[in-house]
Amino acid sequence: MAVTLCRETGASAIEGLPTLVGVLTLAQETYDAIVAHAKRDHPDEACGVVAGPEGSDRAERFVPMVNAAGSPTFYEFDSTELLALYKDMDARDEEPVVVYHSHTATEAYPSRTDIGLASEPHAHYVLVSTREHGNSDGPVEFRSYRIIDGVVTEEEVTITPASSTEESTP
Amino acid sequence: MAIEVRIPTILRTYTDGAKSVEGTGGSLSELIDDLEGNHPGIKGRLVEDKDGSVDLRRFVNVYVNDEDVRFIGGLEAPLSDGDQVVVLPAVAGG
Repeated sequence: MAVTLCRETGASAIEGLPTLVGVLTLAQETYDAIVAHAKRDHPDEACGVVAGPEGSDRAERFVPMVNAAGSPTFYEFDSTELLALYKDMDARDEEPVVVYHSHTATEAYPSRTDIGLASEPHAHYVLVSTREHGNSDGPVEFRSYRIIDGVVTEEEVTITPASSTEESTP
Repeated sequence: MAIEVRIPTILRTYTDGAKSVEGTGGSLSELIDDLEGNHPGIKGRLVEDKDGSVDLRRFVNVYVNDEDVRFIGGLEAPLSDGDQVVVLPAVAGG
């Protein structure tokens, strides 16, 4: 069953702060895939990337990763799989446009550890919180951030409609 | 001949944006010292003091010819001309 929640944040600025210029644009099926992964792995954290052409900011290729930490409070890509992922992206002239992971008991906001270890200055860091519904259907918190030099900046998330082939699926 | 070292995005501020640089050394430790000579500051991003001795940072992965150096001697991992070294920060968090 498809997750039908479609969060399209408007142009609302946070009061007292300048309008956020950053936007993460994701296809509906990619959004759904990230949410499904987070729900499936709950109560452990799920993690992965969405790769795209270098410099394009287009999140195109969904790559779920194994959480080698297998933990409800920590995630880490396995070191061998990490190398394979980066070699693969390199061969395709891609970069990680999105790095996502889930929080299973807390809000979808980067933890101190997330901020300290963030090492992809070009990436959108997506946080999904499954704390409310766990493995079950139901809405999740789905938020995106830039994390650069320890500074967290939230950005809008825009979901584009599913492709035509997806629409014809019953 | 030399050793090719692939540099991750986050450390390219030390290499004038270069994705890969060359270095020399008979071990990873010597290679890192050699890199530090040409790219000052980079060593501190790769290693740290642990109980009085220098070790790789916990959340930095280094591979020699696709082998994680933690399984082949860490900083003492032997290197030869023509080897390829890849540096990748862990993708991790809480």
